[in-house]
Order: sequence, then structure tokens, then C-alpha cells
Amino acid sequence: MTSDGLQREGAFAHAILDADAAVPAALAHRDGRVPARRFAVYRNNVYAGLINTLESRFPATAKLVGEAFFRAMSREYVETTPPVSAVLLNYGADFPDFIGGFPPASAVPYLADVARIEWAWHAAYHAADAEPLSQEALTALGARAEAAAFKLHPSASVVRSRYPVITIWELTMRGGEDEPVRLPAGGEDALVLRPALQVEVRRLPQGGAAFIDALMAGATLQDAAVAAAGQEPAFDLAANLAGLMRSGALAGTR
Amino acid sequence: MSRPASLGESPIPRTSGVGLKPEHYRDILDGAPDIGWFEIHAENYMGAGGPPHAYLTAIRERYPISLHGVGLSIGGAGPLDAGHLTRLRVLADRYEPALFSEHLAWSSHDTVYLNDLLPLPYTDETLARVCEHIDQVQNTMKRQMLLENPSTYIAYAETTMREVDFLREIVRRTGCGLLLDVNNVFVQAANHGFGADDYLDDFPMEHVGEIHLGGHADDSDEDGSPLLIDDHGREVADPVWTLYARTLGRTGAVPTLIEWDNDVPDWPTLFAEAKRADRLLAAQAATAHAERVVAT
Repeated sequence: MTSDGLQREGAFAHAILDADAAVPAALAHRDGRVPARRFAVYRNNVYAGLINTLESRFPATAKLVGEAFFRAMSREYVETTPPVSAVLLNYGADFPDFIGGFPPASAVPYLADVARIEWAWHAAYHAADAEPLSQEALTALGARAEAAAFKLHPSASVVRSRYPVITIWELTMRGGEDEPVRLPAGGEDALVLRPALQVEVRRLPQGGAAFIDALMAGATLQDAAVAAAGQEPAFDLAANLAGLMRSGALAGTR
Repeated sequence: MSRPASLGESPIPRTSGVGLKPEHYRDILDGAPDIGWFEIHAENYMGAGGPPHAYLTAIRERYPISLHGVGLSIGGAGPLDAGHLTRLRVLADRYEPALFSEHLAWSSHDTVYLNDLLPLPYTDETLARVCEHIDQVQNTMKRQMLLENPSTYIAYAETTMREVDFLREIVRRTGCGLLLDVNNVFVQAANHGFGADDYLDDFPMEHVGEIHLGGHADDSDEDGSPLLIDDHGREVADPVWTLYARTLGRTGAVPTLIEWDNDVPDWPTLFAEAKRADRLLAAQAATAHAERVVAT
């Protein structure tokens, strides 16, 4: 009996996600007719609800391509990647990757990176709370700091981009279409974090992303500096460390 | 974040409450509105930290709350998601809600979560399965659950029981209570062509621990038959207020929630809806008092 129930449910779920599927056979007819319009309410609820969730989570991405394009793109994402948890806060983590591989969006090559900034923003907003490492605590480590491995703040993440993605994101959110815009040449790497209640998006200096990635992987300060210098010879440990301290990106030692 | 000290007993008063929306966090904390309680959608507070928990903690220190789950899939044919049930338990331990409710519906199948409250047939088999799930929920949560009557747009050919009978039997077997959504009754009655008054006359009112009132949208199907959609996106409709007043005549004053989840209005508009429910609740309490005086 249970397997009948599961089959009935599976057919219903399939008919919701696949717009071309027939109305489930288990439904009662009304005056001999298939209740297509009534079943469509469920299909619409599911798609509209999830697309609205994505639109509120990726507002700059939506603005860059326009609402109609964004909703059509989101519909394809929902159809191929429906949520796997009732905790919808986790839905959309791989939407930026989907955008990166979505041919109609290829005319906007930085779109996936803007979406990555927005996902990092959303994740930071809901991440665990933690007190940032204080300057006193760092000073107290003295010479031992170089050999210490640091914990990044639980809300921190890095987005690397070949495009000036922070500038694009900021301008899009500000909505100043009339201002003449001069985009910086080259890419921008972002550190996204929420040291207290406000999410912050910061530009990282050259080598900063590699430095943080190494720290996140558990490297000591010294080893992380070596890794960063390997990618960016002019990497400045003191300046980068001071930047992380100022932004509240460290949460302690491991 | 460390757990706050015990919030203590904060029962839900027999007055109106509203669904808590992030748009209103500041209005509530800054304005300290005279409202009895707030209801939260559990899944919106299943993140690890951040502003949602900071605001909810501050609001919970000032008001009682009710915990309303939307994702447990109690009407599902498969087993409940034990991980999700644990998350609910953790949330209840943290915020000590005075009421806890879920839906007679399913929303997950296999690994997919469909994010809607989907209908089930009412048969002996689904009855047994739903009761098994509710037993598991109440044992894990260590508290009574209120089960909400759904709004549906279709019916199943295999259904053998009326919804009110199905609900009454669930209550008898599991000891759960009921959350009566009066708007859902109105929507159901229009969509399935029965009388809302008849449904309410048969409803086991003695088990109702909470009432929901929300808005719906009017549509029609291929035949031009009414198709009402429970969208929680507007004011409560006048005929639903009428049904509500009639319902109070049988239940007495019951905690009543205004649900407005889409196109969320500004705080004064939502507050005014809650006060409209409070006037009916106060009138009911006055009538009940007068009847007691006459009886003695």
C-alpha cells in the first residue's frame, strides 16, 4: 500500500516539475473532465514561489538581465535543480554555476560572478555569529603569530573574478544608470563577511584572495603568506593582515 | 550565539497575533505595538545566525511566539525527514514557543522539496500514515502539535473520507490539537462545491487551539467554476470575517493569527487587520460573559 502512495506522490511531483507532463491520473474528474486548470495552480505555486525566492536572493543579477530573462533562466534552474531541503535558505548555492553554463547568458560574461557575490552575501547574512579576533589577542601572540593557524570568521568567503565584479555589483544595486561609468581595468576579488549584523563586501588587494584561501585551508600565517607571494610577488603580509583585522575577518586561532 | 536564559512561561493570549515578517522587525522593536503574540515560519529561522535570530531573540523577550512549520511533509507517503524534525526541536528548545503547528499536506518526495502544501487522498491508509508521523513529531518535540486543515484545488478519486472526519479521527488517535484556518475552509468550500457553514458545523471545535485568517485570490477554471487560491497576499475577505465571527460563537475566544505572507503590507495595515480580529474576540468574550450571568 505504501508503495502505491509513493507512486501516487511521485507522479504528482513529476507533473508539477515537468510542464509537459499530463495531469496525474489519481485526481478526481469534475463533470467528467480532467481538472487541468486546478492542477496548474500547484505548478504555478511551486515555480512562482521558488523563482521569487531566487529573485529576492539575486537582485543585482536580475537587474542586469531584466526580469523576464531572469525569470525564464530561473525556471530552467528550478526544473533541473529543484530544492533538496525544506530549509529554503540553502536554495540557490549552485545557481551562479548554472548561470555560468547557461548559453543564453553568455553575452553577459560577468553575470555568474555577480551572482557569486550575491550568494556570498546571502550566506554571510545567515552564517553563524562569532566575535572577531581582537587586536589585543593578536598582539598577545607576539612572535608566535607567524606559526599560528587562524580561523576565519564563519561568515567569510572569497569571490575571485576576472571582471570588476564588485564595481558592477555596487553600480547595479545603486541603480545610477544615468551616471557615466568608468569600470576599472582587470578583475576584482571580494571578501564577503558579516562581523556583526551588517554584511560587508570588501575589495581584496593583489594576492589577498590566495592568502585567505590558504588560511581557510588551515595554513599558518607564514605559509599562507608564502602561498600568496607565489601568486603575487608584491604580496604585502603586514598590509593584508592589517586589512583582515580591520574588517573583522579573523575569529581566532585554530 | 549562546542560548539565552530560559524565557519562561509565555502562553499565547486569547487575542490576535500576526505572522512575523522581517519587514516589520524595526516597527515592532521601536514601536512596541500592543499585540498579543507573533507566529514564525520555522524554516525561516533554520539558518545558523545573523539578523533573523538577533531580531527574533529580541522580539521573543517581549512577546510570546507560536512556531509554525511549513516543511515537515506530514501528509507524505514516505518517512519523515529526521534531520528536519531535529532542526524543529532545536528551534523549539531555543525559543520556547507556546504553540506549535504543522499542516495536513505533503511537500517533499524522495529527495525533492516542492515548497508548496500539496494535497493527499483521505483513506484508511493515509490516515494511518499521518497518525504515525504525528506520533513521531509529538514524541520528538515533547509537545502537542496543532494540525492545520488545508486549502486544496483538486480532489483524489480514491478518497473515501470527508476531511472533517479524517481530522477528527487523527485527533482521536494521536491526541494532537487542531489549527482551524477559516480562510482555507472558505476556499475549500468554493473549490469543491460544499457549504462552508456545513463544514464548520461538523468541525471538532473542542480541539481547536488556534485560528488562522488569511487572504485569497479569486479565479475560475475552464468551466467558469470558482477557483479560489489561498495566496496570503491581501486582506481577509469579508465573508471569511463572517465565518470567523460565527466560528467564535462555538469555540469561544481562541488565539487568532492574521497571515499575510506575500505583498507584505506596511505595519499599520497589518496591525489594523489584527485589531479587527480583536474586536470580534472581545465581542465574543462579552457575549460569553453575559450568557454566564444569565445562566446563573
